[in-house]
Amino acid sequence: MAEPAHLEVSGLTKRFGGLVAVKDMALRVESGKILGLIGPNGSGKSTVMKLIMGIERPDAGSVRIGGVEVAGWPSHRIARLGAGMVFQHSRPLHRQTVLENIKLALLPDKLTRLFADPATDEHARVIAKRVGLDGVLDRRPATLPFADLRKIEIAKAIARNPKVLLIDEPFAGLTSKETAAFSDLICELRDSGHAILLVDHNVKSVLRLVDRVIAMYVGEHIAEGTADEVMRNETVRRVYLGGSIETAARPESSFRDAAVPFLEVKDVSVHYGKAQALEGVSLHVHAGEFVSVVGLNGAGKTTLFNTISGLLPYSGEIRREGAVLRGQTAATIARKGIVQSPEGRELFVDMTVRENLDLGGQHLPTAGNAMQMAWLFELFPILKARQNQAAGTLSGGEQQMLTIARALMMKPKLLILDEPTLGLAPVILEQISKALERLRQTTQITVLLGEQNVTFALPHADRVYVLEHARIVWEGEPAKFAAEMGTGYL
Amino acid sequence: MRFSSAMRTLLVLLIVVVVASFLPLGVSGYVLGLLTIACYFGVFAMAWDLLFGFAGEVNFGPTFLIGTGAYTAGILDNLYQPPIWICVVAGTVAAVVGGVVLALPALRVRGPYFGLTTLVAVLMLQNYVVVDASLTGGEIGLTVPDVITISDAKNYEIALWFMAISAAILFSLSRSPVGLILQASGQDAVQAGALGFNVTKHKLFAFIISAFFSGLAGALMVFYLGSASVGTFVDITVGVQIIIAAVLGGRRTILGGVLGAVFIIAMAEALRPIGDLANFVVFAMALVVVLLFPSGFFGLLTRAKEGG
Repeated sequence: MAEPAHLEVSGLTKRFGGLVAVKDMALRVESGKILGLIGPNGSGKSTVMKLIMGIERPDAGSVRIGGVEVAGWPSHRIARLGAGMVFQHSRPLHRQTVLENIKLALLPDKLTRLFADPATDEHARVIAKRVGLDGVLDRRPATLPFADLRKIEIAKAIARNPKVLLIDEPFAGLTSKETAAFSDLICELRDSGHAILLVDHNVKSVLRLVDRVIAMYVGEHIAEGTADEVMRNETVRRVYLGGSIETAARPESSFRDAAVPFLEVKDVSVHYGKAQALEGVSLHVHAGEFVSVVGLNGAGKTTLFNTISGLLPYSGEIRREGAVLRGQTAATIARKGIVQSPEGRELFVDMTVRENLDLGGQHLPTAGNAMQMAWLFELFPILKARQNQAAGTLSGGEQQMLTIARALMMKPKLLILDEPTLGLAPVILEQISKALERLRQTTQITVLLGEQNVTFALPHADRVYVLEHARIVWEGEPAKFAAEMGTGYL
Repeated sequence: MRFSSAMRTLLVLLIVVVVASFLPLGVSGYVLGLLTIACYFGVFAMAWDLLFGFAGEVNFGPTFLIGTGAYTAGILDNLYQPPIWICVVAGTVAAVVGGVVLALPALRVRGPYFGLTTLVAVLMLQNYVVVDASLTGGEIGLTVPDVITISDAKNYEIALWFMAISAAILFSLSRSPVGLILQASGQDAVQAGALGFNVTKHKLFAFIISAFFSGLAGALMVFYLGSASVGTFVDITVGVQIIIAAVLGGRRTILGGVLGAVFIIAMAEALRPIGDLANFVVFAMALVVVLLFPSGFFGLLTRAKEGG
């Protein structure tokens, strides 16, 4: 490339109402370099990216792309000037093929173009080959694995050969093998002269790629340097405080219902069309026990929980306190005390925190409702402070706390927690982890937790199951997990 | 591959239309009259699908555009009796202008508010027609002095070929690069913007095209019926019937709108003996189809083809 294509941001500020989401941010990415922008949830890193791309309009500050001031421009003009963004959530056009999805990104922003330029087709194929989609050009997105959908997003973002490429959580949801392939692709893009900004939760995930890292916390720049420097930085360490694994398992024999456990899943299989999502899964949970089901994305955790909650047809048997659950509707199962806190959170985003909780406590008498609410506010003090705020405006961690709290409002006998750590920064995990510990110590509640984050799943667990490719492959005490399953597992 | 499938669809359309153009040889004038209405209705539904199925905007006010076209053409003819084609052109232009005036502010608001804006526009037009009775004929309706022709067969042929040409244009547009960008804008405006597309410009374009065909069809229909009334061109119920026709036919298919329109008109006719219940039954059937086959008639057809 002739000139050093680069991105330069200074004094960037954005307020949402009274909340300062981004405050006086500055960053700079040269052509052929990768900058990592990290920060826990709610730190404003995604907002910075949106401000650069013109999706949000900055309140103050400058954004220069290749020397041109673009702050305040609409996003399509910024895109045309030379910025591409890889969105974390892919939403391809489902009725079009992969090739057509890539072609879309190559089309001119003109109303007069009624027939595609024949060169577009050739160009789209070249791009597809570059990102490794050449084998699936004529497939429809719905039939592709997640990693390929991410590749479509990359292909679209680089289609116009942008000077600046913004990538939001590049490796979210990818397996380690896919992550490696994706890293290679990003390096190749860097080598061909793009200036790349990677946005992610922590340094570790982008360690191998970045030339420099900037850390953000509550809207502000807190550290900058090489990955090593940032990881050693005192402020960063404080923000990202991580705990070592200490297990506190209670032996299985200490639970009184040894003969007939509270929940018993026996030889359960579930199919989605041709795909087997669960295969002969058996597990049990005693009353008062805390059981973790550990497994990667796609192992079948959510399917298992949805099956227990009565949302999916299955073969095999599920018993609660000895009685068969089959035939009961999902609503009945929930009302009788098996309550799920779903992975996607599924909050009512336009309703306030308080209203969300009130909905959870709908069936409680008024007095019981108030008592339960007071107890929950003690468990999650931040929710008390935010109770009149719309749920959608909470940070990811706060939303997760609200989801758990809403499930607890139903006074569950068995609380099923599906991936509570999904997309959350370590400091938030710590808070949720503490709340779970208090829950375990101060109540009789039974918990079934599904997690891919082992450091989160093990400390509270009395027993652990490992779910892998639709099957339970290991069961045991958390203390033995490291030795028997190997740390390399995840 | 897509190109050839689009060509194939257009070829099938042509064959169907050519066959349909021989109907006057064996069908009564009454049936031809129904089919004429169905053709115009089909254009209304297709124009609506371009907005909803592709640009992703629910326009609850198709009759605002249709009514503006129809009444402008009708009133002009009533006042000055220029050649009919001038009235039709004026009606179309008025619908497009009305569409732009409505869409510019409406596209600034998101989601359900766009639909609400268009709904209010219909109510305003309806009110205006009723209030300014000396010009518009008010609740009684407007009788125009001219019609294109009094021959049922000729009226039918005009409507049929107008529908066919509109279908070909709208369908080709939906399969063109612009259609692709529209679909992307409708599905995820933020991402479409980040890909370098001016979303507002494209949606406005879709609205203008929709207004053009709605207004043109409305104006032509006035000179077939020889009259304009709120109940035929403006009322919310008419708008809902158009929407039902489009959805029954199949969202995002454009051509499905014609099937839906023919179905609605045919059912209303077939059920005429049961009187006022007819509408109820048609709406109930529409509800069943929407609930059980959300991809509509056209979706069922293409699925059967792909399956076999």
